Amino acid sequence: MQRTLPFSENRVFVTGNEAVAWAALAAGADIMFGYPITPQNEIMHYWTRLAPAYGKKFLQTEDELSAGFTTIGGVLAGRKAFSATAGPGTVLFQEPVTMAEMMRIPMVVIIQQRGGPSTATVIYSQQEVNLAAFGGNGEGWRVVYSTANHQELYDYTIKAFNVAWTYRFPVFVLGDGYQAKMRESLVMYDPASRGMELAPAEAVVGKPGRPGSSRPAVHLRNAFSVEEELYESIMPGEEEFRSMARRVVEHDEEGTRGAELVIISHGVVSRAAVAAIKRLKEKGIKAGYFRPVTIRPFPEEALQRAVALCPRLLVVESALGQLARLVKEALFNRPVESFDTIFRPGVGITAEELVEAVIKIRQGGTTCV
Amino acid sequence: MSDRLAMPKSWHVESKPHKFCPGCGHGLILKVLGEVIDELDIQEKLVFGCDIGCSLLAWDFFDADTVQTHHGRTTPVMVGIKRANPELLCIAYMGDGGGYAIGAQHLVNAAFRNERIMVLLVNNTNYGMTGGQMAPTTLPGQKTETSPFGRDPEETGYPAQGPEMVAAVVPPGAYVARATCANMKQMKRFMKKAVENQVAGRGFSFLEVLSTCPTNWRTSARQTWEFLEKEMAGYFKTGEFTTPGDRREK
Repeated sequence: MQRTLPFSENRVFVTGNEAVAWAALAAGADIMFGYPITPQNEIMHYWTRLAPAYGKKFLQTEDELSAGFTTIGGVLAGRKAFSATAGPGTVLFQEPVTMAEMMRIPMVVIIQQRGGPSTATVIYSQQEVNLAAFGGNGEGWRVVYSTANHQELYDYTIKAFNVAWTYRFPVFVLGDGYQAKMRESLVMYDPASRGMELAPAEAVVGKPGRPGSSRPAVHLRNAFSVEEELYESIMPGEEEFRSMARRVVEHDEEGTRGAELVIISHGVVSRAAVAAIKRLKEKGIKAGYFRPVTIRPFPEEALQRAVALCPRLLVVESALGQLARLVKEALFNRPVESFDTIFRPGVGITAEELVEAVIKIRQGGTTCV
Repeated sequence: MSDRLAMPKSWHVESKPHKFCPGCGHGLILKVLGEVIDELDIQEKLVFGCDIGCSLLAWDFFDADTVQTHHGRTTPVMVGIKRANPELLCIAYMGDGGGYAIGAQHLVNAAFRNERIMVLLVNNTNYGMTGGQMAPTTLPGQKTETSPFGRDPEETGYPAQGPEMVAAVVPPGAYVARATCANMKQMKRFMKKAVENQVAGRGFSFLEVLSTCPTNWRTSARQTWEFLEKEMAGYFKTGEFTTPGDRREK
């Protein structure tokens, strides 16, 4: 049985789902619990084919609730457990994820967004931002990475495991059906060959020793009797979340200084934005680009700095304002000259459309729907 | 330590006296479970999972690693622990609502897959913690907060037959039984066999125990016992429904 990856660096041309399965392996994941839903299925397909050769495990559960709660069980037993889901599955995942938030259980879930609401499409969308960031009955104590390409799917899946097991908060990697199913080239690598250390997993229950005599028994709670007891329990967690947030928050930005307008987007849509500002530059129009890599925590300070340089904004997403709401919250009370939007729930957005939109805005028009 | 003599060694003394209502059957069931834990000497390997509902009050009952979960979700949490570390012994402790209503899909599928865990389900014919609503196990005509004129089987069906259902779907190697607080010796015999079945790694273990809820039944001590021994016994037959080897022998 092989224990390590068969490569230190490997340039490949694969689907996003295959990249995720390899990244989970590279990150030291031990066991996957999953329930079939398109477009994440191939993560399970690749994992189940890789698993025996590397001594890894898999269980297909009866639904996403079970996938989430078995993942929690696997983590409590000291293994790096993970899952993957989409759409209505992401809805069901909110329940186990809130338990992970409350009990500070590290947990990694890959979300390959599909259309919504309801069953909608199995193809593509960016409508799971609200759910991923704030879906539970709680305060949104999760990290959400929104990836834009296959290299990032690989990189941030590895990072998700490390962040989850370092800070003990659940971590979502937010991809989409386009990324899941499309082939693209990337470099897969063994984290060790790049000097990356992997955060270790530790058992919470079933440690050696006799509970009550050689060690105290572990009694894990998520229920409290009185209001103050809950408050006392929540506030240190919030403090730790904020402290972690400063360390994990990430964004990407280009050409915001001296720009006439900044295009704000996330995930694959930001690829259109990057292409658009290049084409606009060729036309002599200086547009900037800003992209939150972490949807939660949101890069508020970085966005505020960018907007101080250029207060004309165009927010673009394959949803009806889920990103825009986060942008507005981040910019509360900041002067903004214009705030245009392109909202296309469930459909992709091209660079050409963005170029056209920017030109229209410059001519005094608006893109708002 | 003389007080301790009557308590199973695996009990967490600091959390006693326990928090269940006077006359509740949970204490009896957990005493039997404690004795079995002691006799089989499994305290070090045990992970105890508590469902939401009255079962939650057992969250610090044992000197054993214990996890509070969500309502209905104790089965998958225990399945995850067992799958990740098969050396551990996992017992999911829940009520009839947790097992037969909100967590029914988990119970059925754990049974289908013959998960090597044990589910210990307390049947007191109502949702106790939330104030006495109708449960899948509520008897015909029984008054609860959500069936104030008595459960009408035409409207809401007949009491759920849990062990019968589980026994119908488990593969060989499983152990499925129903015991009652009215017969402690039988309960202990079944409890021990259920736990031993997991220790041996043969298959899924499921034990339902008929219990009492005088608080929500609004019954006196005598009425409580009569309800358990006469009314409940009329719908829920105690006994073993499947034992390991059963089907192979057939």
